[in-house]
Amino acid sequence: MDKPLVVLALPFAVFLLLSLAAPLRRRGVLAGWVSTAATAAAFVTALVIWRDGARGSLIVPWLPGDGGPMATVGLLLDGLSAPMLVLVTLVSLLVQVYSLAYLDDEPPRSLGRYYVYQSLFAFSMLGLVLSPTYLQMFVFWELVGLCSYLLIGFWYTRPAAARAAVKAFWTTKLGDLGFVAGIVMLWSNTGTFEFEALFRMAKDQTLPLEGLTTIMFLIYLGAVGKSAQFPLHVWLPDAMEGPTPVSALIHAATMVTAGVFLVARSEPLLVLVPAVLTIVARVGAFTALLAATMACVESDIKRVLAYSTVSQLGYMLAAAGAGAAAAGFFHLLTHGVFKALLFLGAGAVIHAVGTNDIFRMGGLWRFMPHTGIVFIAGTLALAGVWPLAGFFSKEAILEGVVAGGRPGVFVALAVTAFLTAFYMFRVVFITFFGPGHPHGDTHPPHDPPWLMRGPLWLLAALTVAIGVRFVIGAPGDHHPPVWLTVLSLALAGGGIALAWAMYGTGVIPVELVRRPLATIDFLARRRYFLDAIYGGIYRGLMLGFSRVVGWIDRYVVDGILNVCSAWSLRAGDALRRIQSGQAQDYVYGVAFGVLLLLVWARWWRTP
Amino acid sequence: MVADAVRFPLLSVITWSPFIGALLIMSLARHRPLLVRLIAVVTTGISTVLSLWIYVAYDTEAAGFQFYEKLSLVPPLGISYELGVDGMSLLMVLLTSIIIFTGVFASWTVQTRSQEFYALLLALVTGVYGVFCSLDLFVLFLFYELAVLPMYLLIGIWGSSGEVRPRGIFAWAFRETGVGTKEYAAMKLTLYLLFGSAFILVGIFALYVNAGAASFSFLDLEAITFEFGVQRWVFLAFYVGFGILAGIWPLHTWSPDGHASAPTAVSMLHAGVLMKLGAYGVVRVGMGLLPEGAVDLAWLVGGIACINVVYGALSAMAQVDLKYVIAYSSVSHMGLVMLGAATLTEAGLNGSVFQMFAHGVMTGLFFALVGLVYEKAHSREIFKMGGFGAAMPGIATAFTIGGLSSLGLPATAGFVAEVLTFMGAWRSDHRWWLWPAVLGTLLTAVYVLRVVRQIFWGPPSPHFHDLVDARGPEWVAIVVLVFTLVLFGMAPGLALVPVDTATVPLLARIVSP
Repeated sequence: MDKPLVVLALPFAVFLLLSLAAPLRRRGVLAGWVSTAATAAAFVTALVIWRDGARGSLIVPWLPGDGGPMATVGLLLDGLSAPMLVLVTLVSLLVQVYSLAYLDDEPPRSLGRYYVYQSLFAFSMLGLVLSPTYLQMFVFWELVGLCSYLLIGFWYTRPAAARAAVKAFWTTKLGDLGFVAGIVMLWSNTGTFEFEALFRMAKDQTLPLEGLTTIMFLIYLGAVGKSAQFPLHVWLPDAMEGPTPVSALIHAATMVTAGVFLVARSEPLLVLVPAVLTIVARVGAFTALLAATMACVESDIKRVLAYSTVSQLGYMLAAAGAGAAAAGFFHLLTHGVFKALLFLGAGAVIHAVGTNDIFRMGGLWRFMPHTGIVFIAGTLALAGVWPLAGFFSKEAILEGVVAGGRPGVFVALAVTAFLTAFYMFRVVFITFFGPGHPHGDTHPPHDPPWLMRGPLWLLAALTVAIGVRFVIGAPGDHHPPVWLTVLSLALAGGGIALAWAMYGTGVIPVELVRRPLATIDFLARRRYFLDAIYGGIYRGLMLGFSRVVGWIDRYVVDGILNVCSAWSLRAGDALRRIQSGQAQDYVYGVAFGVLLLLVWARWWRTP
Repeated sequence: MVADAVRFPLLSVITWSPFIGALLIMSLARHRPLLVRLIAVVTTGISTVLSLWIYVAYDTEAAGFQFYEKLSLVPPLGISYELGVDGMSLLMVLLTSIIIFTGVFASWTVQTRSQEFYALLLALVTGVYGVFCSLDLFVLFLFYELAVLPMYLLIGIWGSSGEVRPRGIFAWAFRETGVGTKEYAAMKLTLYLLFGSAFILVGIFALYVNAGAASFSFLDLEAITFEFGVQRWVFLAFYVGFGILAGIWPLHTWSPDGHASAPTAVSMLHAGVLMKLGAYGVVRVGMGLLPEGAVDLAWLVGGIACINVVYGALSAMAQVDLKYVIAYSSVSHMGLVMLGAATLTEAGLNGSVFQMFAHGVMTGLFFALVGLVYEKAHSREIFKMGGFGAAMPGIATAFTIGGLSSLGLPATAGFVAEVLTFMGAWRSDHRWWLWPAVLGTLLTAVYVLRVVRQIFWGPPSPHFHDLVDARGPEWVAIVVLVFTLVLFGMAPGLALVPVDTATVPLLARIVSP
């Protein structure tokens, strides 16, 4: 188990080095190269691990307890974590290289800070996928959330970025509360956090089933937050305030898929509670559809991609809920590659034209052919066009959902597939082939420098290569039913054709389509009012209630105390007057007291 | 259980070294501010080094009370000067050392009468060490009073006043008592704590008399099983008495006013360590001597703790003064401490003790940072500030780390404490305690990150100019405290191994009396 340890230790070492060695960090670019080199080494090691097919685990005690540790930490290398290692290190590496050029006008200090966060993220994400226990997974789960918060707020002086960062943290934290409560309950029932021990119990049917439905639902809530499922998806589109490479890495390829990973990891326990699986599948399908509608009306290129990510995460979780976790996991891997490609491509476009608004772009194909080609490759993959990677994983999901006997989920996902092809090609036609806009005469947009172009081509090549690999022959030589292949190709083709007709040639006027769908259009443009509702709850309910409590504390709880002390002061003040300083007053007092004593002694005292 | 007496009286040196420092300061260092600080650094440094030493040297295999010292003071009454530490008090001694050592640096810039300031501060710390090390309840009480009384002068003279507008039906009382001034805060804190110590004193005497009036020694009293009726009401007396210092609702209102008015080092010490004296007293004296009473009243302790957690967090959210936010966060976190203890489970009790440590370090860090921010910006009004991150990146980073520990982010000590408390809560007889505890972390995340965003993020506020980052000795407190938070968050075993040796026997007595 030393190789996974090396993969994990490399980014951590860089994180420590950069955060402690201030002079190095302040050099900016140098810090970036150090981090990139370490990530490259981690990537190579991860490749070796994947090729060797090594399996194993390592457990050490973490929280001591009477009679054995209360909790353990360690590493778990298996069929789930090994490919994740490759994906995470690969995308991290490419994003770090890309960022060197993308953020070249940042001051060196900021760039150094960026790479501190990047290396912390790489470490945390790798720690998450290698976790052998729920508790360790939660630890790294929170740490990737922290990195997400820090990187969304990388440009922290921008109010929008600051707002988006805390929104992301709070929203995911809401889900995480369920996660931590769930694992605590699970521990209470079974006495362990370890996956292998829990799965063994599930297999031997010694796992206490009492309350398991609640527990697994609570754990699933963690995935709802992190993987942006309805109704906690609202943070992901706002997270686009961060630098684009961050969106590619964290908010598309890796961190947001942690929820899918969690569900895939928990599969042996989830199959024991079909009610939760049904919820997972239905929420996933609903999220996929809902996000797709919002992507169709969005004009910010990064937000389109963000909604698309939400939608695709819904896809993966729907598959997992339908009992096809393997297909969902497969889609996670392919989606990680081509969505990173799309984000980095969008970053190149934004870098060139200086805006996120697709309607202010247009005609970029002429100026940026490289970017155009790779972006279209990614779009075709996302739309699910043969023979690219996305086609196979999407088909596997649809097949799994059919096999799982969930027709409702299937229909929702099929419609989503159509919409996905439509909204992605809407972006392509408007951005690359739309009517050209004047970009100012001094700087016509151009393809990015090679530091950015290299990662783009590499990801595009991978997208194609994975697809070709499956054309040659899928492992196990498995063939889905022909009607499914035809259907999914037809859906993708239909979506592309509609986008072409509406935005490519204008054969179908946009208004013609929009009018019958006016209600959905209205709601989707306003994000179904969910953000407004949450804003109201936060401002009105939470802050309002806190003000009430604060007022009560100051003016009632403390008020009563102050009344007591004011009364004491007054009583003291009143009693002080008795002490007049005149001897005869005191004699009267003494005489009165003696009289009282005598009366008491004569009549009331019992002998 | 008691290990052999160590020849060198380590605990006495730790305890009295600051007191000797105070005497030296008063006698030698008139008008020599640097010498005052040097003496303070050296004498607290001695205590710190020795506390680290006993922390390392403590034998966790043997467990029990170690570094034992005993000196008979009044033999006919059974009063003796008896010191010893077990895994729990060991951690508290370490916490005290960390906070006072950093506190000395954090108050480096005190200008007025720094001689008296440092002397009182050091005398107070001797009281704190004494409480944690004493095994004789009578002497413990004396030390307890020594720890409380100097606060009055420290806040009354070196504190700062705020403004509280009288409102509501009790407004007249606010005007008469002078709410908001430092004199008010000092008086409120002192009277409240003395009120509590009356309960403690009664409790101690009740045990002494019921045990046959032969000894005040904790070890002797521990061997006796008191009648159930006595256990109940004496536990209640200890709970109220020590609980006031731990900030239990609704007897907590001295804490926000006191902490907000106190100067930096005093806030650090008070919120960081003195509030722990209360919780420590409930666990050590209350639960340790009166196990049946503790079991019987656990519902009360835990129920009020739940109110503390949620109510404290909501109150913190409502504040506009930075120091009040931190002070109310202490009320909320002390709720978690008491909740963990009330679960009467191994995980919960370990979590409680760990939370005492984690919260002590964290809140010490917070108050040190607030002191720095105030020194640079001359304001504590959160909503006036903004964009400080660019001018003071070091302070911003440390504040964020403190905040993350506060909201229980993994890799900081706060997480370990919280998750252990959750585990204990769900295993206790009152499972519902889990939910307020979990809700508390969400509310904490809201108010902490809101404050961080407001102060350090966003565009620079137009109200402030020439802001600078921490400098020179100011870094000492920040670096030490941040390092401690992260170290114990990543390797909680450092603290939990010794703590576990103390909590397990305690629980054994509770579960099978």
